[in-house]
Amino acid sequence: MKPFTLRKPNDIKQALSGKKAGEAYIAGGTNLVDLMKKHIAEPDALLDVTTALSAGIETSSRGIRIGAMVRNSHIASHAAIQSQYPLLAKAILAGASPQIRNMASTAGNLLQRTRCPYFYDITLPCNKRKPGSGCGALEGENRMSAIVGYSEHCVAVHPSDMCVALAALDASVVVSGSGGKSESIPFASFHRLPGTTPEIDNNLPVNALITAVEIPANAFHKHYAYLKVRDRTSYAFALVSVAAALQLSGTKITAARLASGGVAHKPWRWHEAEKFLQGKEATAANFSQAAAIAARSTKPLSHNGYKVTMLQGAIETALHNCLNA
Amino acid sequence: MKTTPAVGTPLSRIEGKQKVTGTARYAADYNVPGLLHGYVVNSPITKGRIVQVDTIPALAVEGVVEVLTHKNRPGLAWFDLQYTDMDAPPGTVFKPLHNADILYNGQPVALVVATSFETARYAATLIRFVWEEEPFDTCLQNHPEKARPAKKGFATALRPPPPKPTGNFEAAFANAAFTVDADYRHSTEHHNPIELFATTTIYEGNGKLTIYDKTQGTINNQLFVANVFGLHYKNVQVLAPFVGGAFGSGLRPQYQLFLCVMAALHLKRNVRVVLDRKQMFSLGHRPQSLQNLRFGADATGKLTAMSHLAVSETSQFEDYTEQVVAWSHKLYPAPNTLFDFKVVPLHLNTPIDMRAPGGCTGMHAIECAMDELAYRIGIDPLQLRLLNYSETDPSTGKPFTSKALKTCYLRAATQFDWFKRDGRPGVTTRGNKLVGYGMATGIWDAYQFPARVEAIITAEGKLVVHNATTDIGTGTLTVMTQIAADAMGLPVAAVTFEYGDSKKPFSMFQGGSAITASTGSAIMVTAEVLKKKLLKKAQSIPNSPLKNAGMEEVIFTNGTIRLRQTPRQAVSFKQIIAANNGKPIKTTRMGMPHAIKLRKYTKATHSACFVEVEVDKDLKTITVTRAITAVAAGKIINPKTARSQISGSMVWGISKALHEETILDEHLGKYINTNLGEYHIPVHADINTLEVIFAEEEDTLINELGSKGVGEIGLVAMPAAIANAVFHATGKRVNKLPIHFDELL
Amino acid sequence: MEKQTYSRRFFLSTSSMAAAAVALIPGNVKAFYKNVKKRFIPAKSVNTLSLTINQKQYTVQADTRTTLLDLLREQLQLTGSKKGCDHGQCGACTVHVNGERVLSCLTLAALVQNQPITTIEGLAEGDQLHPMQQAFIECDGFQCGYCTPGQIMSAVACVKEGHTHSVEEIKEFMSGNLCRCGAYNGIVESIQKVAAR
Repeated sequence: MKPFTLRKPNDIKQALSGKKAGEAYIAGGTNLVDLMKKHIAEPDALLDVTTALSAGIETSSRGIRIGAMVRNSHIASHAAIQSQYPLLAKAILAGASPQIRNMASTAGNLLQRTRCPYFYDITLPCNKRKPGSGCGALEGENRMSAIVGYSEHCVAVHPSDMCVALAALDASVVVSGSGGKSESIPFASFHRLPGTTPEIDNNLPVNALITAVEIPANAFHKHYAYLKVRDRTSYAFALVSVAAALQLSGTKITAARLASGGVAHKPWRWHEAEKFLQGKEATAANFSQAAAIAARSTKPLSHNGYKVTMLQGAIETALHNCLNA
Repeated sequence: MKTTPAVGTPLSRIEGKQKVTGTARYAADYNVPGLLHGYVVNSPITKGRIVQVDTIPALAVEGVVEVLTHKNRPGLAWFDLQYTDMDAPPGTVFKPLHNADILYNGQPVALVVATSFETARYAATLIRFVWEEEPFDTCLQNHPEKARPAKKGFATALRPPPPKPTGNFEAAFANAAFTVDADYRHSTEHHNPIELFATTTIYEGNGKLTIYDKTQGTINNQLFVANVFGLHYKNVQVLAPFVGGAFGSGLRPQYQLFLCVMAALHLKRNVRVVLDRKQMFSLGHRPQSLQNLRFGADATGKLTAMSHLAVSETSQFEDYTEQVVAWSHKLYPAPNTLFDFKVVPLHLNTPIDMRAPGGCTGMHAIECAMDELAYRIGIDPLQLRLLNYSETDPSTGKPFTSKALKTCYLRAATQFDWFKRDGRPGVTTRGNKLVGYGMATGIWDAYQFPARVEAIITAEGKLVVHNATTDIGTGTLTVMTQIAADAMGLPVAAVTFEYGDSKKPFSMFQGGSAITASTGSAIMVTAEVLKKKLLKKAQSIPNSPLKNAGMEEVIFTNGTIRLRQTPRQAVSFKQIIAANNGKPIKTTRMGMPHAIKLRKYTKATHSACFVEVEVDKDLKTITVTRAITAVAAGKIINPKTARSQISGSMVWGISKALHEETILDEHLGKYINTNLGEYHIPVHADINTLEVIFAEEEDTLINELGSKGVGEIGLVAMPAAIANAVFHATGKRVNKLPIHFDELL
Repeated sequence: MEKQTYSRRFFLSTSSMAAAAVALIPGNVKAFYKNVKKRFIPAKSVNTLSLTINQKQYTVQADTRTTLLDLLREQLQLTGSKKGCDHGQCGACTVHVNGERVLSCLTLAALVQNQPITTIEGLAEGDQLHPMQQAFIECDGFQCGYCTPGQIMSAVACVKEGHTHSVEEIKEFMSGNLCRCGAYNGIVESIQKVAAR
């Protein structure tokens, strides 16, 4: 790690006013410390926001508000989350390990960087880490890479599971800017696609801080599933993951949500497939059709064609699992 | 009162308490005053040279003491021979920081020495290199024309060249009633013990060094350090009391040892060098390999023709070889055979033995080919093995010292309920899963190396045994204690086995599943001599009740020598030592393999493995839901630790078949998943109950113990059994390891 | 082949930059760096930390970069916690902070001041082993022993969290701890044994 100084702001105001260019906030540290050891992140100073940020979860009739500092494991074990937003708990428990979930913060989970091997090794070319150095994965070992939404500059995927559930549940990201002004960014527009600037992961304004994540009240707590397909049974990043949630009236689907991890630079919503399911019967044939619609929009790379078939199977299975949840 | 025999009992590990309390100290756990920390810099290019190196920015970092590169390293013994270790393949050994040449990606090119690890790691990023890169080749399958026979050398003794052809293979294969012709491909693997390679060198002054090293051979590394740095070997002590796994990666001195010792001598300071996980992928590996098998059988299923050709990668500077193709003919009699093994030199580091080297590579192909052949013929795969079972070694006609493979087959098959399976592929289901059952055979050489043991009876009447071997997690300490206790008629609590120290009597490196047979037999030999010595001394005591008694007339039990007929007449070890003026009685002896007697026999361990897999119908994810391995390895000294060895290597089998592989970007000539997040070894959730059976096998010929090693045999059969089970579940043969489940989609 | 030239281009670009930097260095380079190193090379930042480990108070001077793992191992002689990857991928460094299991290799020591920390050295009470430690010995829940302190700290937490209702649940909640020797069966058995008490 490059030497850095450490400060601990007492509140959000101090945290926002005290941060200079080249400095970084640290919460759980599970990703940042790792990146610092690999010399991928080299901040001059760290601002410890573990006490400045809220570690509380507030529920209301409109929804739930999760403080930026709530540890991932605490979200997953929270009674209100388990009863009203179980998809989120399920997604969180599919990610990382118990130790990491005890450390990782809500905001940090949103801001974690890709695990693309070309990004994670400073001796390899990567436009995200070193703009202009090329994308090693594009023509290289891209079995793990994106199948949708990528550009010739970057084919990396977002590694989070929690974010896939948040995307499916139409969450929003509450952000405090340097002027002390709070704004709410819809989850769908929080993370970016790589385009020509893959070095920018998201639309968090410069010198702003995530203070909370909000999920609107919904009725997806009865029929939901989070399915993660990976190279080993646990403690591995997704090849493909699917967050699925349905609202049913009898056997008729009144609302559907479908999102995936491991397929794109951001948590990916399958809007077209959702639209197809709306108003349809919850049958295997319709699930299969929805999966095919989602798969149609993908464009695999040289070594990840399997992900398309896998995605279809995963969507079908996840939708099927929604009925048994 | 007779001492209960310790051999054969499931004694818990003697060092267990240290390991569960965190007090067991490994190579990087020795904190000594004024310790400096070294961090290695590795080459990011694959082939070429260092044109320029600027270390000044790194040296300017507060806390940095020195940066060593090829430019400023101290002069050393630069003769190749002096770098050669006991396990060096034929060729020119790699010498760290020798010159500007880059021979492989990840090659060490500098060592930063600083007052803290973090400072050294940071300063390493400030060294500026100018590289000149040359074209390279790291792809095995693109260049079959480059394959050539391997050079022979010192280390070839344990890995002879492929056997000569017999009969007329091509004609027999052409005329066979049933044939299989299949290609197999294996990916690169890295050992990845959880302990990072580390060396702590204590600079004692006067040319003396005490070195805590992660190694499988304390004496191997002691001699290496003495030779390379021109020190008297008596002034170099290499200690490895605890080794956090090695699996072959510690068979040769690794570069952190060289760099650490060099820095300590150069700076006259205590230095520690610990590698990081990425660097663990620069230490040598299980090579990529390509195999072709052609097996032919007659109408009854008897093998008539066997051909096994293998091509494996090696480096540009050493010819690493493995025994890949010699196995089928040690199992199955076929009159017409053709075997060949070649290497392709690539711009990669030299491979190094990794658990069951060659055996698990070759046997995967052989046992998958046998499975395929059974399906061609339309008989049960186990029946095909039994049809071609041989009580003698078909390749030489010699008998085995013992071979209870048939017992392994039958006991494991019965416990598994093999005979109830529906042999048709793709028809057995359980809910949304396809279920598959597969089996395979395992074979591994039963090695024994010379070993020297010192045994001492102390004033307290206790036994202390010394040998330089390590215990890399195999249970060596516990097993040797049991052997020594029984050999001397003492309870385990009265025996201390001291090891992991190059100052102790000779042991080869701990590899090839050989240490129990090697050091264990040496203990048996030494104990016999020591017992005679004790009896003689006991007889010299005035009015000794043992006077005139021969060795056959006495028994050694519970620390006393008793007359067999009148056990009350006895002299205790304590009394003997007292009669020796309180001086301990000791002896040192060499245990040697019975080379001449055993020339007439083949020595091997065998196993049979039966596996159940479930394959998800939609997602094709594969789970090994059940696995049984039956092992025939002579006498099992400690069923608890031996069981762990076998079930541990079954985990390796699952890993090799379904998970682990080092991915090489051939455009860049480097490994890209050099971390434990992306190099997938199984986690808890991947492993279900693993059943182990030890088949009774009495072997009075092999050595004094009647025991063969169990470190490797558990891995040999497992990958093929899994691949065969996947075929049975899905009807698809995937001959590439690891099997990516997405290939079943 | 085309890719090889591409990769060379990548290295060439870094190389030429380095060459340019080298060319800029005046004759007396050492003096040059001494004079300007403050501008180029940030000095390490050292703070006084106050930590509570195994119910003992420690006050230490530590570089801000010091992880809890390195602090334990290098400064406090508590070498029981192991470094297996240093990147949060193996679990060998698992300790408890505030009663919860965390990875000490990804924890900056400065961030866990005045919070109760327990390491493998703090588990036994004097000579009396923790039941989990005893179970590991009996069930042979280890071979080389290197991952063992992390496995045990994780196992103790797993039981405390109540994630022991089934073998499947135990395995899932222990999957952050790799064991290369493959002692998984023995570890799960140990946890079942302790959970059943």
